[in-house]
Amino acid sequence: MNQQDEQVLTIFEKSKPGRRAAVLPAAEVPEPPLEELIPAKLLREQPPRLPEVAEPEIVRHYNRLSRRNFDLDTGFYPLGSCTMKHNPRLNERVAALPGHARLHPAQDPKRAQGALELMWLLQESLAEICGLPHVSLQPSAGSHGELAGLLLTRAFHADRGEARTKVLAPDTSHGTNPASVTMAGYEIVKVATDERGGVEIDDLRAKVDDEVACLMLTNPNTLGLFDENIAEMAAMIHAVGGTLYYDGANLNAVMGQSRPGDMGFDIVHVNLHKSFSQPHGGGGPGAGPIAVSDRIEPFLPRPQVVRRESGNGSGPNYDLDHDRPKSIGRLRGFQGNFGVFVRSYAYILSLGADGLAEASETAVLNANYLKARLAEGRAGRYTPVAFDRHCMHEFVLSGKPMKKELGIATLDLAKRLLDFDFHPPTVYFPLLVEEALMIEPTETETKESLDAFTEAIEQILAEAEVDPEKAKQAPYTTPVRRLDEVKATRKPVVRQPLG
Amino acid sequence: MTRYTSATPDDRAEMLAAIGVESTADLFAQIPEPLRLGRPLALPAGMGEAEVYERLAALAARNADCEEQVCFLGAGMYDHYVPAIVDAITQRSEFLTPYTPYQPEISQGGLQAMFEFQTAMSELTALPVSNAGLYEGPSSVASAAYLALGATKDRRRFVVSRGVHPHSRETLATYSAGFGTEIEEVGLEGGVTDAAALAEAVDGETAAVFLQSPNFLGAIEDVEMLGAVAKQHGALLIVAVDPMTLGVLRPPGECGADIALGEGQPLGNRLDFGGPSFGFFCGSEELIRKMPGRIAGETDDADGRRGFVLALQTREQHIRREKATHNICTAQALNALAATIHLAWLGRKGFRELGELLVRRTAYARDRLAAVQGVELLHDAPVAREFALRLDAPVDRVLDRCAERGIAAGYPLGREYSEYEDGLLVAITERRTREQIDALVDALGAAVAAEAVTV
Repeated sequence: MNQQDEQVLTIFEKSKPGRRAAVLPAAEVPEPPLEELIPAKLLREQPPRLPEVAEPEIVRHYNRLSRRNFDLDTGFYPLGSCTMKHNPRLNERVAALPGHARLHPAQDPKRAQGALELMWLLQESLAEICGLPHVSLQPSAGSHGELAGLLLTRAFHADRGEARTKVLAPDTSHGTNPASVTMAGYEIVKVATDERGGVEIDDLRAKVDDEVACLMLTNPNTLGLFDENIAEMAAMIHAVGGTLYYDGANLNAVMGQSRPGDMGFDIVHVNLHKSFSQPHGGGGPGAGPIAVSDRIEPFLPRPQVVRRESGNGSGPNYDLDHDRPKSIGRLRGFQGNFGVFVRSYAYILSLGADGLAEASETAVLNANYLKARLAEGRAGRYTPVAFDRHCMHEFVLSGKPMKKELGIATLDLAKRLLDFDFHPPTVYFPLLVEEALMIEPTETETKESLDAFTEAIEQILAEAEVDPEKAKQAPYTTPVRRLDEVKATRKPVVRQPLG
Repeated sequence: MTRYTSATPDDRAEMLAAIGVESTADLFAQIPEPLRLGRPLALPAGMGEAEVYERLAALAARNADCEEQVCFLGAGMYDHYVPAIVDAITQRSEFLTPYTPYQPEISQGGLQAMFEFQTAMSELTALPVSNAGLYEGPSSVASAAYLALGATKDRRRFVVSRGVHPHSRETLATYSAGFGTEIEEVGLEGGVTDAAALAEAVDGETAAVFLQSPNFLGAIEDVEMLGAVAKQHGALLIVAVDPMTLGVLRPPGECGADIALGEGQPLGNRLDFGGPSFGFFCGSEELIRKMPGRIAGETDDADGRRGFVLALQTREQHIRREKATHNICTAQALNALAATIHLAWLGRKGFRELGELLVRRTAYARDRLAAVQGVELLHDAPVAREFALRLDAPVDRVLDRCAERGIAAGYPLGREYSEYEDGLLVAITERRTREQIDALVDALGAAVAAEAVTV
């Protein structure tokens, strides 16, 4: 990946007038001047200044760019809360089948039966995994699922003639939770964390009243710990008529082991790009289907995929049901990120009931093993685990002693890891752990890669004992060194100036 | 072990010993017993790769895709040719499998691609700032509404043309339940937004005016003329556009738009039965700190070398939490990359030529279809790549007959517009040859004749 000496040019800077890649078909029809078809005032005078480059240079440009990225197919990516598990290539192959990839979203449902059946099967699978009977695949991402869940909550209360104002979430929650709460027109109220890493139950009790529309939780929580008080919390929220929302970011810990619906949750979003192996694409696409209880079902987004028995012996057929009078409405265009559904359904078929349970079991085994290894040696001394008990699929270390004793911050450790060809863990999250390092190895990593990561951390800390500057100035071997992020925000340059 | 996990029995024994437990059940003991599932999931057993492939291929075979049918469906997503290099590059592990570029030193490829995407979209729309992408078109409209509420403070009204995509209008209504805003819809006259009704609807309480051009009926709106009323009342002018028409149509940035956005699928993305694709979102300089989503920016590294980072992160949910400009995390980066490659492949000249080709083939198709017995134009406003017809026969029955001849003849407008129960929306791409258009003329003529409403 080391291309430090190369001069970086954009595709626009490689442009030269007259070069081109595309050869378009001949018009085959009369070719009057456009002004004869469209009034001149509606026409563009100068075409946009897109680059002029032939195909070989386009390919070379983007291949070279690709080599300036670190990726999951190349190395260990223990990014906490992100579930960077292997992305099976089979899923790419089946998603690319023309029957999926070239299917128009407005195709008449009777000529898209395979696609609707696939969506229905995925809905059924997610319902079983979540322990909630009804699923909408429509939300485009986890944050979109959160917004959907809060709008469902709003519709649920409105239907009972109530307008509640508050949504509770733990102080450890992901930033999307409070942002979604505001977008849905609610006020966020933070709940404290107790010394075992769970929700501070007395603080919760003090904040629960009939203004509470919803409690948003992950379980296991952001510290990777299962909150054993969940049943009590659910009872408390349900007693005042609120809904319980499950942020599915951490579902990879509990597939086939425990189900949010059984814990008392009313609404769950599932990140298909986390637990169900959709590739992250360098920042999307993903999908954030929601599963809900019976009392929330009437409000699900439109349209909903339904299965109907034909009654004439020809088997069931599938349709899009728009006739849902209590629905919150659409959250986006057409039916959702179908290409993601294909990949995730292929993944569920590949693993099956036993494989999904084994995936979660191994994810938890890997996390606890890595936690145990990192409790040894220098890591144990300088970056102790924040809440010392068995974790689920991830755990959080605190770099506070490292910062105090060695003078290097969590950020420095993360940047030095880049020189060892590891993606760093999630850093500075959750906010309540000082100098946090949040580590999620996932089930698809080998013991060898976990051992190698442990050794890299040990080596970096040993080096920092004698030469802390080495970490502070890191990285050295990457395509660029540390970047000036302040400048990029103070004087933003967000597009190429063109002559 | 599954084929995606590697812990052998020996590995497990060593790992459990290192943890200091007997079995993984000890690790799951933190889940209270009543909350443990205690049974296998009611799902089939796992399958081998070949078996999964066959299962999915059998489902795919039950869909009438654009290889099986000649597709004149549009309504926001279009059957354009996606060049081979798009697949080759976007399937590279280095673009396919990373996370969001939180560690810029090892994400320069993705960040630079975002910067190039932003430059391209800024050029297309003639607005100075583009973000790195949103989910897709209709939710981008709702996101622009959220921005407008922040930008205009206490205003709580949106005015929306009925020419805006029905999915966008419905999504905006869904989000508005959370925003606590009201929406006033302005009707169409002769295929385009009723200018007098629009002027009537906009007032000092209006946060934003929403237009789409070409609108859902394919008609090109006079955005500059219509949008002036937004300026007069201090409302934002938000314009949804079809990116494929921006080689030939006057860009929103030259028509007074504060925000231009839209569905990105036509640029380099598959149809995929509706997604994933991306939404693009461009705005004026003043709005940069209010924008939703990721934005890549250029900067320097410690040695003074050029590099790229996620800029203006202080707008975003992971920093600002409940005060963030939006809750979104994704940039649909891979879809936006596909668009960037497609645009580079088309290039400055090719992009214009493609626009011209669409306009001319569309004019040809519209003229020929309007001459068919029992078919007339729903409006005669100028169009670019899609147009609306009225049929003298039940639209669904006509579509079934055309399907029997291997043609998806268009989108039945009655699905979304009760006033156009007899309406059919026909879309053209560069893949629709003259021969295919002529075949549509024959098929539609025969179908309308056979199904004609006899008085």
